[in-house]
Amino acid sequence: MAPRSIVIGMLAFLLAAAVAPALPTWLVSLATVAFANALVVLGLVILWRAGLVPFGQALYYAVGAYSVALITRYSGVRDVLAMLAAAAALSGLVGYLTGFLLARYREIFFSMLSLALSMILYGVLVKTETLGSTDGFHVDSPTYFGAAPQGGMRLLVLFWLVLACCSLSALLVSLYFRSVAGALAIPARDSEIRLEFLGVSVNRLIHLNLVIAATLAGIGGALAAIAVEHVDPDMSYWTTSGGFVFVTILAGAGSVAAAFVGSLLFELLKSIAYDVLPGTWQIFLGAVLLLTILFLPGGIGSLFMRRRRPEPAS
Amino acid sequence: MSAILAVRGLQKTFGSVVAARDINVAVPPLQTVGIIGANGAGKTTFVNMITGHLRPSKGTIVFCDRDITGRPSREITRLGIARSFQIPQIFQSLSVFENMCAATAIAHAAGGLPAQLLTPWRAPGSLRQAEAALELFRIARYRDTPAATLPQGVRKLLDIAMAVAGSPRLLLLDEPTSGITIEEKFELMDVVMSALKDRGITVLFVEHDMDIVARYADRVLAFYDGAVIADGSPAQALADPRIQELISGPQLKPATRSAGHA
Ligand SMILES: Nc1ncnc2c1ncn2[C@@H]1O[C@H](COP(=O)(O)OP(=O)(O)O)[C@@H](O)[C@H]1O
Ligand SMILES: [Mg+2]
Repeated sequence: MAPRSIVIGMLAFLLAAAVAPALPTWLVSLATVAFANALVVLGLVILWRAGLVPFGQALYYAVGAYSVALITRYSGVRDVLAMLAAAAALSGLVGYLTGFLLARYREIFFSMLSLALSMILYGVLVKTETLGSTDGFHVDSPTYFGAAPQGGMRLLVLFWLVLACCSLSALLVSLYFRSVAGALAIPARDSEIRLEFLGVSVNRLIHLNLVIAATLAGIGGALAAIAVEHVDPDMSYWTTSGGFVFVTILAGAGSVAAAFVGSLLFELLKSIAYDVLPGTWQIFLGAVLLLTILFLPGGIGSLFMRRRRPEPAS
Repeated sequence: MSAILAVRGLQKTFGSVVAARDINVAVPPLQTVGIIGANGAGKTTFVNMITGHLRPSKGTIVFCDRDITGRPSREITRLGIARSFQIPQIFQSLSVFENMCAATAIAHAAGGLPAQLLTPWRAPGSLRQAEAALELFRIARYRDTPAATLPQGVRKLLDIAMAVAGSPRLLLLDEPTSGITIEEKFELMDVVMSALKDRGITVLFVEHDMDIVARYADRVLAFYDGAVIADGSPAQALADPRIQELISGPQLKPATRSAGHA
């Protein structure tokens, strides 16, 4: 039994893949980066449900990005799936290790600790010559099952890959939210004591969510690095993390789909603002965030989410 | 008959405050024990130590022949000890039914995180059990009410119903009837006790109202200043004028009984 929202979501990804060849290059290019970043936002949505807002999620984004960059620089591996798998594994591992610390903190302490960890990585990247220091370095194009598409095809194939990663992640996260473990995030935010006295370890639950979010961020970073063919320390900087939080507020933590719609909307707004108000685009984005918080506190997700009521057993 | 719960030499100090001093109690299975004592006597501390919320400074707690002293609360819960709280611990942003579902879903996904990942949140079995629990505790008409807006009596019942979802063998209720009117107290206790009937649950409940203790308890433990000063049948304990004096406080300040909350 596939719930309707999952089917609709998967059809939307298929539709996007089908119309992509007819779309202007700038739009495909924008959507590629938007959807790569949406994976990070999806991770933030998972944490947000548990009441956690990381100000340093760019840490795992950068770990994923630098993983693929280093693979292309120091090894002969060019296969895109191998590169993504390595990025996912490494960012997941970093998420697991930092999780032992982060899972014990809540609220602003969690947020600031996450920020602190990301700034440590930033410092390391900036100072390390072999990692390209502040300039970063170039990322070679990967191959797709042995093929190396050229010209316009290269962007299109990458976009399809991003869509495949997004639809698979969206599907798995939707299933996760429907499991007992995934659904317990909201109760964990309300009363940890009650959960502990129902036999649940809230710290382990949050640790799991941290690993999932870190892995998603790593895959997003890897795809973004492949898309822009470059990595630099700014990918781990706090403004990057702040951008992800911005999109999460814009999207709202209500649904999986909102992460993708929100991220696309954010990139569109940013590029429009950049064109129309070259010097003052930050003002425009700030105003959008302000209006979202004032008039749409549930984010975009609250617009197309029907109020969910628990249905009795069928 | 071997005890389901045996507490020996239990002691708890908070700095210079002694909240439990040398408590020795053995509870046989299926007994209903009323715990009485003035505010600050150490009743909640006693419950907190048995359920793993507080680690005793000294002494041992044995449940079903297993030493559980100082174990984490979630582990103790899984062994079969459940509790409700003086201030109900329910999930404020969920409806009553969703609260109950959380408790039954966790009970159905026994085996920790891996089982919780593989068990669906809305499994028919746990949904049915949640519906049945709301009926049993007579709160089914609040099914879709947000927990944050519930009257106190319903919050108390939901808290207890959630605690019972995991089929505990020992249930500790910390002041189940505090904060509700006298008439409602008996109603609530009737609902709780009939819901627990025939389920093989040993019950310890903290209560200020002597009439309620006399009606529902097989045995009374009277706490004073961290120590158990009387342990016997309700008739014995309540007839003792010394206990009346120490527990209920001297009759000159009757207001403290309803106003104070620890
Ligand atoms: N966490 C704590 N820290 C410090 N003192 C505490 C704590 N919990 C309880 N106490 C003290 O221990 C004593 C017993 O408290 P408690 O067990 O809550 O009493 P009761 O439930 O009988 O009203 C009181 O003096 C109280 O102030
Ligand atoms: Mg108390």
